Amino acid sequence: MAYSDKVIDHYTNPRNVGTLDKSSHKVGTGLVGAPECGDVMRLQIQVDDNNIITDAKFKTFGCGSAIASSSLATEWLKGKSVDDAMKIDNMDIVEELALPPVKIHCSVLAEDAIKAAINDFRVKNGMEPIALEKSHH
Amino acid sequence: MNIPIYLDNNATTPMDPRVLEAMLPYFNEKFGNAASRNHPFGWVAEEGVDYAREQVAKLIGATEKEIIFTSGATESDNLAIKGVFEMYKEKGNHIITAVTEHKAVLDACKHVEKLGGRVTYLPVKEDGLVDLEVLEAAMTSETILVSIMYGNNEIGVIQPVKEIAAIAHKYGALFMTDATQAVGKIPVNVIADGIDLLALSAHKMYGPKGVGALYVRRKGPRVKVTAQMDGGGHERGMRSGTLNVPGIVGLGKACELAGLEMESEAIRLSALRDKLEKALTVLEESYVNGNVEHRLPHVANISFKYVEGEGLMMAMKDLAVSSGSACTSASLEPSYVLKSLGLSDDLAHSSIRFGLGRFTTEEEVDYAVEVTKTAVTNLRNMSPLWEMFKEGIDLDSIEWAEH
Repeated sequence: MAYSDKVIDHYTNPRNVGTLDKSSHKVGTGLVGAPECGDVMRLQIQVDDNNIITDAKFKTFGCGSAIASSSLATEWLKGKSVDDAMKIDNMDIVEELALPPVKIHCSVLAEDAIKAAINDFRVKNGMEPIALEKSHH
Repeated sequence: MNIPIYLDNNATTPMDPRVLEAMLPYFNEKFGNAASRNHPFGWVAEEGVDYAREQVAKLIGATEKEIIFTSGATESDNLAIKGVFEMYKEKGNHIITAVTEHKAVLDACKHVEKLGGRVTYLPVKEDGLVDLEVLEAAMTSETILVSIMYGNNEIGVIQPVKEIAAIAHKYGALFMTDATQAVGKIPVNVIADGIDLLALSAHKMYGPKGVGALYVRRKGPRVKVTAQMDGGGHERGMRSGTLNVPGIVGLGKACELAGLEMESEAIRLSALRDKLEKALTVLEESYVNGNVEHRLPHVANISFKYVEGEGLMMAMKDLAVSSGSACTSASLEPSYVLKSLGLSDDLAHSSIRFGLGRFTTEEEVDYAVEVTKTAVTNLRNMSPLWEMFKEGIDLDSIEWAEH
């Protein structure tokens, strides 16, 4: 199957690959997926005192679309408030990357990773985790 | 060196120019219908077909009357399995095959099950080979057919065909083999191996697509299959339909060339394959899948742990290879062949099949090694699993959210 130019761009030049200090209370880490399923995403956010995401990093085990989805997610996260980050919808990723139906699960995983990272940050800072709706796909 | 480099010769092979040359006259000046008995156009076409039948028969140690031309190995597999079942179902309704067979065999067997047949799908050992004791234990007085492939398309392992045939015969069953990947690559002899039915395809051995053959033994025992395609009674009534004369001529030529060249080709390709494998298994956590002794000379199937096959292939875009990863198929299930070796899903997802061929050069193999090494290294730097592995975290200790 042919990939869109945007997937190829993110795959070839992934943004924000790396690791943040997961023990810091300013950092939220989301690890989603499973090796058996062929996709694991780890997404990390660094949040400042104004609840703004100042940095985001990812590492992904998966196909090109999974790598591109997580790369794009980190790009979108930087500079956003945590509340706005929570609103990122997997279908926005599908649209931006022109993912085919068989790859929609990659975008779902990226959305799950964002929410898992935010919840990890919340719990670390004494807040309740936000109840997540079941993925809509 | 032309980029991209074709290393997917188990999927299909490029046609040998000598095969094309042999075929060309049969598209125009020798266009006749091989079944036209009453004019020279038909005779000329029939001559071409007869000669091809000899060429095919010679390569596998058969006689020309035992060769039934078909549209390819899938049709041959279907004709053999369904045709034997229909012909011999009064004698028994049991067929034995293995879980690592090609879908053409497995799905033909599923069809037979719907018709009231009983099918045993043998497991394989960790190296991909059928366990002869397990096979023998599965044999019953009702068993009419044992169908085990010669060489596997994904991992290249060669089954102990001769021993399997002997067990089948001991219990009065016929032995059929899907030899699509083996014929033309290694010596296959239906007499020496005790094969009663054999499926082969032209396009896996530098011939054209859309043509293959089924060998059906005529003596000791005389095997019959019920036709699955009814019509003009071509191919001794076993496969009706106007013969694909250019294709058949191409298959014949491909068989002749394979007979002449496969011995030296196998030596050259296994040396290149070993070179590739040695260079790539230098990488940490990379594993060769399947038995490394009993296998086709041109296939290497390697899992690179902690990277995902499809992502890896994307990074190896200068190479045309294939992967056991789920993502390459619409089903999202990783390779059933690799899983039946007992490979965990994540290793199955991490596998790449390199299929070398007649036109593969050493320069191409060297380049493939460099591209693959770089891709694996880069993707591991991007892989959370690799990072955890390097930190000494046991990945099995993590509760993964299956999705």
